[in-house]
Amino acid sequence: MTELLAGTKKGLFVLEGEPGAPFEVTARAFAGEPVEYALRDPRSGRVLASVTSPFYGPKIFYADDPAGEWEQADGVELPPGGEIALERIWVLVPGERAGTIYAGGDPGVLLESRDGGATFELNRALWEQPTRDRWQPGAGGLCLHSIVPWPGEPDRLALGISAAGVWLTDDGGATWRRGNEGIVARYLPEDPPTDEVALCVHQLKRAPTRPERIFMQFHGGVYRSDDAGDTWIDIADGLPSDFGFPLALDPADPDSAYLIPLVADIDRVTPEGRVRVYETRDAGASWTPRGDGLPSADAYLTVLRGAMDQVGAGESLELYFGATSGAIFGSGDAGATWFDVAANLPPVHSLSAAPRS
Amino acid sequence: MPLVRLRGPLKQLAGDRSEHALDGDSVGALLVALEREHPATSGWILDERGALRRHINVFVNGELGAQDTPVAPDDRIDVLPALSGGR
Repeated sequence: MTELLAGTKKGLFVLEGEPGAPFEVTARAFAGEPVEYALRDPRSGRVLASVTSPFYGPKIFYADDPAGEWEQADGVELPPGGEIALERIWVLVPGERAGTIYAGGDPGVLLESRDGGATFELNRALWEQPTRDRWQPGAGGLCLHSIVPWPGEPDRLALGISAAGVWLTDDGGATWRRGNEGIVARYLPEDPPTDEVALCVHQLKRAPTRPERIFMQFHGGVYRSDDAGDTWIDIADGLPSDFGFPLALDPADPDSAYLIPLVADIDRVTPEGRVRVYETRDAGASWTPRGDGLPSADAYLTVLRGAMDQVGAGESLELYFGATSGAIFGSGDAGATWFDVAANLPPVHSLSAAPRS
Repeated sequence: MPLVRLRGPLKQLAGDRSEHALDGDSVGALLVALEREHPATSGWILDERGALRRHINVFVNGELGAQDTPVAPDDRIDVLPALSGGR
């Protein structure tokens, strides 16, 4: 049994099912509220959700049972009395240290919980970066959307910020350095300064069995780093477009990546009216379209950056993605074939998958 | 004392009580007093800057007000989600 937590424009939907057939909606929470992201912490079983009420502001809630009572986490805010307010929490990620949960938000901020998500604290070193006044919001705001722990090394993290590039720490967030060498931004002049920070990273994912390898979907570019995010090489050749948002990996194969190209930044829909997931098994040297079972005509979908996830590994890898159309698709055979998980949800912001007994 | 009236989730956060007699001479002062009396409302009406959230409206005796609107002891203040926040 697989559980999907779908953050949507109109609440959190919990879906359960087996690959190959539509899933059942087993719970809905925060009805009517935009849910940016939700996560079941595999260590505790606790579910966390980031909710951005247009009226009451961004909050993080947690519950043991998503159909039951939710509690509000403390500390989800910027320093009181300042000039800026927290706009949104984009992503929640378990850290490597027991009880650690990271939250990434707008305006380009990292919060950390050491008690499983009950209380959060702002990472001051990132908040006080001297270059912060040159960070540029993307279309979705100044969002810290990718938080990439290093398996077994809790002090090492990579972050992706739109649009402030890649940030790396080796000391648990006490200090940060940039990791942008090799990234080319077509929306900047040809010779940008070497310390340019306005780099619109869309998604980062680390290969867990080869953690110095990170894949990146950029705002016009697909890259791979083999040195833990310090330098990047272009691996977009062979894709119909190098624009897109989400990424997924097969945890068993460090040469694997899956992504969903969209036409371009000015036309954020699946190319040629066909929905296809592109797979590499050679670290980006070649790409293979995977569309068996996906809409193949008159289908112009938008898949947002958090709306793809995987569960399992190897031949039993399951892949799931949701679109702003409200449709969710899944594959139980590592992308070879696809099935309809749900058809008529509200616009899907995010998706996280977990095994359920 | 002025009477602050809440509905929906704000009422629930404020002890599941809709009417709150609070001490203050402006809308902003009353909202700070509400947070002090009911800490669970912190961050829901005023953000961390201390500013009224963009899509929350306050009405003083039925007239749209603002944080700096003065209030008198017999005034009633309704705190409501604004039409502009609906999506």
